[in-house]
Amino acid sequence: MSEDAVKIPQALGGVGGWFDDRFHGARGLRVLMRKVFPDHWSFMLGEIALWSFVILLLTGTYLAMFFVPSTNQVIYHGSYVKLDGIRMSEAYQSTLNISFDIRGGLLIRQIHHWAADLFMVAIMAHMLRVFFTGAYRKPREVNWLIGIVLFTLGMLEGLFGYSLPDDQLSGAGLRIFEGVLQGIPIVGTYLAFFLFGGAFPGNSIVPRMYIIHVLLIPGLILALITAHLFIMFHQKHTQMPQYGNTERNVAGQPFWPYFMLKGQAWFFFIFGCLVVLSTFAQINPIWLYGPYTPLAISSASQPDWYMGILEGSLRIMPSWEINFLGHTLTMSVLIPFVLPLGIIFTGAALWPFFEQWATGDKREHHINDRPRNAPVRTGTGVAAICFYGVLWAEGANDVLADKLDVPLYTITWIARIAIFVVPIGAYFVTKRICLGLQKHDSSMLTHGVEIGIIRQLPDGAFVEEERPLTEVERAKIDSKKVPLALPGPGEPDENGVPAPGSRGVMGWARGVANRAFTETVAVPDGHGNGHGHEAIEGEGEHAAVGAGDSGEGGEHGAGDH
Amino acid sequence: MSELEEPARRHRKVGTPSPTPSAVDTQTEEEASSVEAAERQSLDPPDKKHAQNAERLVAALFLLAFVAGCGFIAAYVGLEVGSSATPAGANVVDAVFRSNLALGLSLAVALLALGTGSMIWVRHLTPDIEIEEERHELRSSPADRAAFQHEFAEGAAITQVTKRPLLRRTLLIAGAPLALAPLVLLRDLGPLPGTSLRHTVWRKGLRAVTLGGLNPLRPGDFQPGSMITVIPEGFQDNDDALAKAGVILIKFEPGQLNFPDRYQGSTLVASMNWTIDNTIVAYSKICTHVGCPVALYEETTHHILCPCHQSTFDATNGAWVIFGPAARPLPQLPLMLDSDGYLAAASDFTQPVGPSFWERG
Repeated sequence: MSEDAVKIPQALGGVGGWFDDRFHGARGLRVLMRKVFPDHWSFMLGEIALWSFVILLLTGTYLAMFFVPSTNQVIYHGSYVKLDGIRMSEAYQSTLNISFDIRGGLLIRQIHHWAADLFMVAIMAHMLRVFFTGAYRKPREVNWLIGIVLFTLGMLEGLFGYSLPDDQLSGAGLRIFEGVLQGIPIVGTYLAFFLFGGAFPGNSIVPRMYIIHVLLIPGLILALITAHLFIMFHQKHTQMPQYGNTERNVAGQPFWPYFMLKGQAWFFFIFGCLVVLSTFAQINPIWLYGPYTPLAISSASQPDWYMGILEGSLRIMPSWEINFLGHTLTMSVLIPFVLPLGIIFTGAALWPFFEQWATGDKREHHINDRPRNAPVRTGTGVAAICFYGVLWAEGANDVLADKLDVPLYTITWIARIAIFVVPIGAYFVTKRICLGLQKHDSSMLTHGVEIGIIRQLPDGAFVEEERPLTEVERAKIDSKKVPLALPGPGEPDENGVPAPGSRGVMGWARGVANRAFTETVAVPDGHGNGHGHEAIEGEGEHAAVGAGDSGEGGEHGAGDH
Repeated sequence: MSELEEPARRHRKVGTPSPTPSAVDTQTEEEASSVEAAERQSLDPPDKKHAQNAERLVAALFLLAFVAGCGFIAAYVGLEVGSSATPAGANVVDAVFRSNLALGLSLAVALLALGTGSMIWVRHLTPDIEIEEERHELRSSPADRAAFQHEFAEGAAITQVTKRPLLRRTLLIAGAPLALAPLVLLRDLGPLPGTSLRHTVWRKGLRAVTLGGLNPLRPGDFQPGSMITVIPEGFQDNDDALAKAGVILIKFEPGQLNFPDRYQGSTLVASMNWTIDNTIVAYSKICTHVGCPVALYEETTHHILCPCHQSTFDATNGAWVIFGPAARPLPQLPLMLDSDGYLAAASDFTQPVGPSFWERG
């Protein structure tokens, strides 16, 4: 920028010059300042997680100054008179002191807890956004995997964090955790004894969880977030399918000053909302739970929300234990522990590679998909949400039974059936809805938008007037890309011989998956797909007017005529 | 991807950074003249009046944040918490909640005012400039890849590692025990489980006392219907012992209890009748699922319910599992009356209590 438009402050020249003499930063920083960040409301979800993490670090450091990670038993004579004379651990006592004797201690504790819950909510919402828009596709698979690891680390970090105060509620959670560990074949009892330093509860678990909670896992999370952001920065953010956005550009506002200001605003806003929650919505009132004793429990105990799926998995499972060569295999613990989260996390981790395999699509993707344009993916995502949701709700089956006035066992039986029926049903319903929306898009291209003016024709009929789509509206619909149809089993590929990948059981499976992925509602000729390079008209019931020949190597309808 | 037909662009192309540093300079100079004229005007928001209003609003919000921030400090100084700082007889909990409300409210107002002010600032006080960068395929050029591979191989050759397998193998051998060392160090994290999971502190003649009052019990001290939690006498402060040795006592009317033979595979798991007078029975309080205390007892149905995962045991029927994930009945503690007529254990549990584990058999 020229000097007459912008006055360059003296300090920038002086101090900046001093640093530039030493670090050669001007060129690099300039590129950084001009870095483009595409704008969409859903791109802020990951940022919520980032700022929550920053708030967690700040509040956690403060709490660590006062918390005593020890299970040494003391008799309480502190400010909270209702627990006067009660035996408790130093961990619990120091948490009471943070809450009752340190000004702002309760507020910071509650902010820390709310921020942890928000951190996990934000990661999950962000992951769903990434999944449903296909933003995990090449070249972003590694960042997708990092995200999954971050979510699991967050679960563990949260579990250890809320267990630290050694209160009755979290102690019950730890007991369950220890019981589950014991159930692991071969190494289970050793794992439990090594982690707890002997039999449950022992005197080692609180200091061990503490160091894991304040150093090990946060360090890992911080490193992975850094990698996550660097990769995002290096690969450049995806952008939404809209007018002017292409696979070859990235459009939006530059980091300096726009994103800087917006990020600042967003940080204060999230922090402010967390403080509002912490002021008005009490969370984890450990003084009401009392110190942990191994023989007491409160009914309707619920863990924090992100552990609810494990709790629900344990509750939904029918009784099942087998004797394997003289050893006990407790399936009613192992299956809930391994299977549901295993399905979700392993499935999520493998999905990008499964999709590549099924579609044969090895290209880079920087324009996000509209969820309707990827019916298999969207259906699978909704099925996963339902699977998670049923287990999550089952984790509160006693609360549901109480509130809905339905017998407890009935709720569990409904969940046992729903866990199979609902996800499968949701998949097919969602897929149909996606195809229906595609059909709507297709008719928008052929007929345009109804504008609300009804006209009577000379013969008495009524018609509604329509206007053609604007360029901007059309660009969004035209963003649809349908994967190429792969040659079926034994069918010749473009080289005239059966593709090696189409043989055998895997070839057959790939063919089935490929047919599902390529099912689409055709975009009519002449309104083709702006990025039609890869468009392929669907076959069968959903082919609309102008369905073309899919036999020409899968390329059809290129260009915006 | 290369032959995409791109729709007309709505974005102005400004100062596109290019991958190679040298290109940045040339590009900037080339574009400088054409771009700067446009940019000079757009540095200010288009509507001056609107901008002035926005500025006032943002300034007001920042002032509000200032006031609220001062309020936070005032609340910290002014509102004491804790029994040592509050007057005798004052409600400490109320004082904490008052302080929490004042601190939280002032901090929230300050932060939200700052956030809202910043948002209005960027939305209404800055011109809406969008720029566009080119996106390049991420894969390096074949030449770069080849050069990298060449240099890497060259480096490896210089180290001789490719030519001297002896070096390679001895290095691997050297590393192996060191890689195991951290695992070895973990050994002393805890004792080996051994047979400790099979035993509790109960032994013949050890009295059962109530959990709260530590009172020993005679059979006539409590009525049919209720469930009482008892612990081994003298272990009330030993959480490790209690975590396994907690027991529930239930008294029935004569004739209500029965103990049919129950098998799992070929193992007899329930049939033992170690009650007092066939009316008082003692079960482990530790759920056989994952170890929660089974604390709920429904008097009319004689069901013992674990509040964690709702495993339900039939108390009249050897604590047989009738619902939920637990796979085994609650182990029964053999009971006897000691010489003073108090309830005591006749022995330790005859099977491990609590969650299943691999070595349980």
